[in-house]
Amino acid sequence: MRLVRRLFGEALVPVATLVTALVLWEAATRVFRIPRFIMPPPSAILAEGWQWRYRFIQHTWVTLYETLGGFALSMVVGVPLAVLIVYSPILRGALYPLIVLAQSVPKIAIAPVLLLVLGYGEVPKMVVAFLVAFFPVVIDTATGLNATPPELLDLSRSYRASALKTFLKVRLPMALPFIFAGAKVAITLAVIGAVVGEFVGSDKGLGYVILSATSYWKTELAFSAMILLSLMAIVLFAAVSLVERLTCPWLVPEREA
Amino acid sequence: MIRLTGVAKTYRTRQGDPVEALGETSLTVAENEFVTLVGPSGCGKSTLLKLVAGLVPVTRGEIHVRDKLVREPFPDVGFVFQQPVLLPWRSVLDNVLFSVEMLGLDPRPYRKPAGDLLELTGLAGFEAKYPHELSGGMQQRVAICRALLPDPGLLLMDEPFGALDAMTREEMSLELLRIWEERRKTILFVTHSIPEAILLADRVVVMSPRPGRIVRVISVDLPRPRTMDMEFDTRFKTRSDEVRSLIFSGRKERA
Repeated sequence: MRLVRRLFGEALVPVATLVTALVLWEAATRVFRIPRFIMPPPSAILAEGWQWRYRFIQHTWVTLYETLGGFALSMVVGVPLAVLIVYSPILRGALYPLIVLAQSVPKIAIAPVLLLVLGYGEVPKMVVAFLVAFFPVVIDTATGLNATPPELLDLSRSYRASALKTFLKVRLPMALPFIFAGAKVAITLAVIGAVVGEFVGSDKGLGYVILSATSYWKTELAFSAMILLSLMAIVLFAAVSLVERLTCPWLVPEREA
Repeated sequence: MIRLTGVAKTYRTRQGDPVEALGETSLTVAENEFVTLVGPSGCGKSTLLKLVAGLVPVTRGEIHVRDKLVREPFPDVGFVFQQPVLLPWRSVLDNVLFSVEMLGLDPRPYRKPAGDLLELTGLAGFEAKYPHELSGGMQQRVAICRALLPDPGLLLMDEPFGALDAMTREEMSLELLRIWEERRKTILFVTHSIPEAILLADRVVVMSPRPGRIVRVISVDLPRPRTMDMEFDTRFKTRSDEVRSLIFSGRKERA
């Protein structure tokens, strides 16, 4: 009961604020007679979204699939890349400038080229999502691997433990909180990457819905797709946070105990 | 047990300039002797410990431990640092077992000895707790248990109580002596605190900085077991005045 009351108490202020904003929005569009294609009222957005509910399932699934693919790629490539950079000064010299270069190219600028090279379908969108998302994974993982206290490395060396053992038992778990910090940024960036990919050329996905809706002046449809995208990003972020809490329970601050 | 002959260590900075961390140093430490190293920052105390452990190579001279030349790390050493550096994802018991695991031994037969060590250090009942649930002093006790578990002949302690508050510090010093009475080992103990250095040691090595070198080795003739009251003993006072004047005169020289 106390938990329910606490959750209710915590949720009360943000929910009330949101409801007030929606009511003001609805009222403003009606009172000032704002045309729908410029600013649709929340009720119209909701109604349009409801009408599209079955088609939205398919489009949401496509974008989710592209996002998760790009995110998975960014983890599978980003973490080992960081390990190589941290362990080998030569590879660091070779790879680091390339990674920074890849990061500094605007992804929206390469997306058309990528689609030209890789063709249509979901894969090029995953690649765009990966390109947008992998940088924080590499940087945070490398930072985490370097954050092992030097005393622990001395201790491992004095026990003559192999580099692999030290990596698996000390450095990698020490870096986990950093890796998760990178993953949380990456998952939200992957959503952006997938949408950018869809903008450049696609016939499905929430990004495609937004693009085609705006070209037909159906602003309320674009808004409902945007809301779905935000919800998707929030849910994905929460999912990564949940995995973090399950794998690194020692990070839970004492005040929650 | 340990024999340093003409040992010196010079580091190179990033710009390639040589920095002499430890000037020519010779020292012999007997089996089961408790030796403390005291001196201001930058006198090469910590460097000396790392050299003895074989973690960094000597620039000149030779170090022998049990008549074997030290060229690389060897397993008969336990290390305790100023920070406990426990693994936050491991329980207290698993943190103690970390040392035998890293040595490549099967940890299972060590569970009972690890429990005994925790009991010896007053941590019975805390086996399943996690480091963040313990106070600083308790964490350092876990680190000491971790170092003691493989039963090394040599214990190297680098300001192990330096991060603790004064009261916990005194308590831990006496506790370390009690453990040492029960499980004799050769201990090299680095500290900034003159009373701590005298209270613990058979011999106090007074060092001075730039380059680090031994100024004098002082034998402490106080009876064992030592107690806190010995700080009022005239012999204690004589020794600590001697150490203080050695460190202080070194400072004046440079001024």
